Amino acid sequence: MEAPLLHLALVGTPNSGKTSLFNALTGSRQKVANYPGVTVERKEGFFVTPLGRQVSVVDLPGTYSLRGRSPDEEITRDFVLGKASGESVPDLVLCVADSTNLRLTIRLLLELKRTGRPMVLVLNMFDIAARRGINVDAERLAKELGVPVVTSIAVRKGGTADLLTLTDDISAGLAAEPQENSWRALGVGELRATQREADRIIADCVSLPSRPDTWTARIDAVVLHPVAGLLVLALILFVMFQAVFAWAQPLMQLLNSGFDALGEFVHASLPAGLLQSFLQNGVISGVGSVIVFLPQIIIIFLFILLLEDFGYMARAAFLMDRIMGGAGLHGRAFIPLLSSFACAIPGIMATRVIDNKRDRLTTILIAPLMTCSARIPVYTLIISAFIPARDVWGFINLQGLVMFGLYAAGIVSALLVSFLIKFFMLRDYAPAPFMLELPDYKMPRPKSIAIGVYTRAKMFLHRAGTTIFSMMVLIWFLASFPQPPAGATEPAIEFSLAAIIGKAIAPLLAPVGFNWQIAVALIPGMAAREVAVAALGTVYAIEGGKEAAEQIGQVLATKWSLATALSMLAWYIFAPQCASTLAVIRRETGSWTWMAVTFTYMLVLAYAASLVTYNVAVALGAG
Amino acid sequence: MTDTNETRPQMPLGLAQRGYSGIIQHLSAKDAGSALSDIELESRLIELGFVEGARVEVLHEGLVGRDPIAVRVDNITIAVRRREAMAIIVA
Repeated sequence: MEAPLLHLALVGTPNSGKTSLFNALTGSRQKVANYPGVTVERKEGFFVTPLGRQVSVVDLPGTYSLRGRSPDEEITRDFVLGKASGESVPDLVLCVADSTNLRLTIRLLLELKRTGRPMVLVLNMFDIAARRGINVDAERLAKELGVPVVTSIAVRKGGTADLLTLTDDISAGLAAEPQENSWRALGVGELRATQREADRIIADCVSLPSRPDTWTARIDAVVLHPVAGLLVLALILFVMFQAVFAWAQPLMQLLNSGFDALGEFVHASLPAGLLQSFLQNGVISGVGSVIVFLPQIIIIFLFILLLEDFGYMARAAFLMDRIMGGAGLHGRAFIPLLSSFACAIPGIMATRVIDNKRDRLTTILIAPLMTCSARIPVYTLIISAFIPARDVWGFINLQGLVMFGLYAAGIVSALLVSFLIKFFMLRDYAPAPFMLELPDYKMPRPKSIAIGVYTRAKMFLHRAGTTIFSMMVLIWFLASFPQPPAGATEPAIEFSLAAIIGKAIAPLLAPVGFNWQIAVALIPGMAAREVAVAALGTVYAIEGGKEAAEQIGQVLATKWSLATALSMLAWYIFAPQCASTLAVIRRETGSWTWMAVTFTYMLVLAYAASLVTYNVAVALGAG
Repeated sequence: MTDTNETRPQMPLGLAQRGYSGIIQHLSAKDAGSALSDIELESRLIELGFVEGARVEVLHEGLVGRDPIAVRVDNITIAVRRREAMAIIVA
C-alpha cells in the first residue's frame, strides 16, 4: 500500500529564506491559490523524498509570533494549530531560520513547540553563516531545544539533501505519538521570558564573530544615507523604467513579427469569410497584441524580485517612510505601491503588511494609480505612434522620457489623493508605527528569481488566454455583426453593433477628444486595460482591412490628432479600467462602497485630466 | 563599558543621535505616545529583539526630522520611528 501524502508546513520569520527553501524543495511544482474566505496567498508545492514518499509542502506567511495580528499571521497560526478551514493538520512543521540571525527564530520556535506539532529546525543559509565566522553547534542546539536540527543551503544544488533524508526518517516514526497542544497567546511577561530563554540557548550554542557583516554596513552607509540614499533610489527607479522601455524592444518586435506572420498564414490558407476574419482579426491580432507585452512584464517583475531578494525593499521603505508620511502614507506602503507598478492586484494584496486599517485603506485606494504593466501596452502604442524617437541632451530617449513622465504623473497624483484623504477623511489619528527588520544584504538567488518570474509570466499568459481572449471574441463579434447589406460602400464596421454602441457613447467622450472607435475600445477595456489596444486593433482592422491590422500604430498616427493621443495618455493615467483590480479592492476591504469610491474617483480624475489635456493641446495647435 | 553604563543617565532611545550605543535598561510603552496600546507596543518591541540587556546602536537616520532610525539590536538591524523608540529606555 502506498503511504499517504505527507503534509509539511514551512514557518519562519520574514527574511528567513523560507521562500527560497520552498523553491529549492519543490522547483516549479507549485500551486498558488488563496485560502478560503481570505485573500492570503496559499503556496503549496510537491516533491518526493529519497525513499519515494510523496510530500506536499505549504509555504506559510512569515511571522515573528503566533499572536496573529494580521490576516497573514492568523493563517500561519491557524494552519499550524490545524484550525484553518479546509486544511489538514500538518504532519511536520519545518521552522526555517536564517543561520546568521537566530535570535527571533529561536523564540518563535519555543512558542511553536507548545503547539505539540512534530517539528524540525532548518538552519538555512548555513554557508553564509560559516563564511561570516558564525559557528552554530547544531547538535547541542537540537539537545537544548528538544527538536531535530538540520542545516541547509537552499540555493545550492543538493543543499537540502540532509533535510530530505531527515524527512524520511521522521515520517517513518510519525503518527504514533499525538502531542498535546498547550499553546495559548503569550502575555508580555511570557514573551520576555521566552526571548530570554532563546538568548540563553543561543549563547550556549552559537559563537558570533567579533566583527559584524561588513558588506551590509558598507552598502548601507551609502544606501541609507539621508541624501545619497534617496538619489540611489531615484536612480534605481529611473533605470527600471528605461529598461522596461528600451531592453524589451527587440523581443517585442520579434513577437510582433511572429504574430503578423501567423496572421498572414491564416489569411493565405483559409478562404475569405467569417472564419478567416475571426481567426486573423479576432484571435491572432487581438490576443497577439497583448502577448507582445510579455517581455516588459518579465523585466518589471525581474527588477522587483531582484530588489526584494537583495534586501533593498525594506531599505526603500525606511527611506520613504517620513516622505510618504507627509502625504499620509505609511513607510510600509512603499512595497505594495512599488509592486503596483507591476500590477495593482499583488500590490493591493501586499497591503496586508500594513496592520493599521486606515493606513491600509488609503494605500488600497491609491494603488491603482501606480502605472501597472497593463498600461504599458497602451502607453507604448501611443508613444511610439506620436512621440518621435530622438534623443534629448544626447543620451536620453525622448520616448523613454515621456514614459517616465507618465509614471511620475501617476505617483504624484497618488500622493496628492492620499494627502486629500488624510486631510478630509482621516484627520485626527496618531500615525501607526513603522517597525521593520532591515535584513543583511544577500546575493539574489537566480533559481528563486527565475521561479518567481516564471510564475508571474504564467499568470499573465493565463489571463491573456482567458479574460482577454473572451473579450476579443466579444469585440470581434460586436465589430462584425450585423453584416453590411449587399452593395454597401462604407467599411463593414459602420453597420455593426460596435459602431452603434460607440456612437451612442461618443458624445460623452467628444469633449475629451475621443472618437467612437475609442469609445468602442474602452468598453472591453473595462475588463483589463491592455485589452483596449487589442480592441483598437480589431476595430481598425475590420474597418480598414488587412493592412491596418499590421501596423496599428501607423493607423492611429493617421487617424488621431496629437491632442487626442495625449488625451488618451492622460486618461490612462487614471482610468479605473480593470475589473480584477476592482474585484480585489472589494475583497480586501470587504465592502462594495470602497470599490465604488475607487471607481468613481478614478473615473472623475480620468475625465478631468483628459479634458484639460485635450483642450490645452488644441489651444496650442495640436488639434 | 559596563562601568560607564552604570554611571550614564538613562534616556529613551527615541532621543538618541546617530552613533549612539548603549544597553537596553527597560521598556516603558506608556511614555511613547504610540498609536498602539501599551501591551501591543511592548509585545512587538520584544518580538523584534528589544529586550533588557540587549546592546543597541543607532546606525542611520532618515532625512525628514532624522526619522525613522535604523537600530542595530545585537546582530540584526531594525527600522523604527522615534515615537516608538521612546518606549525603549537605554543607558
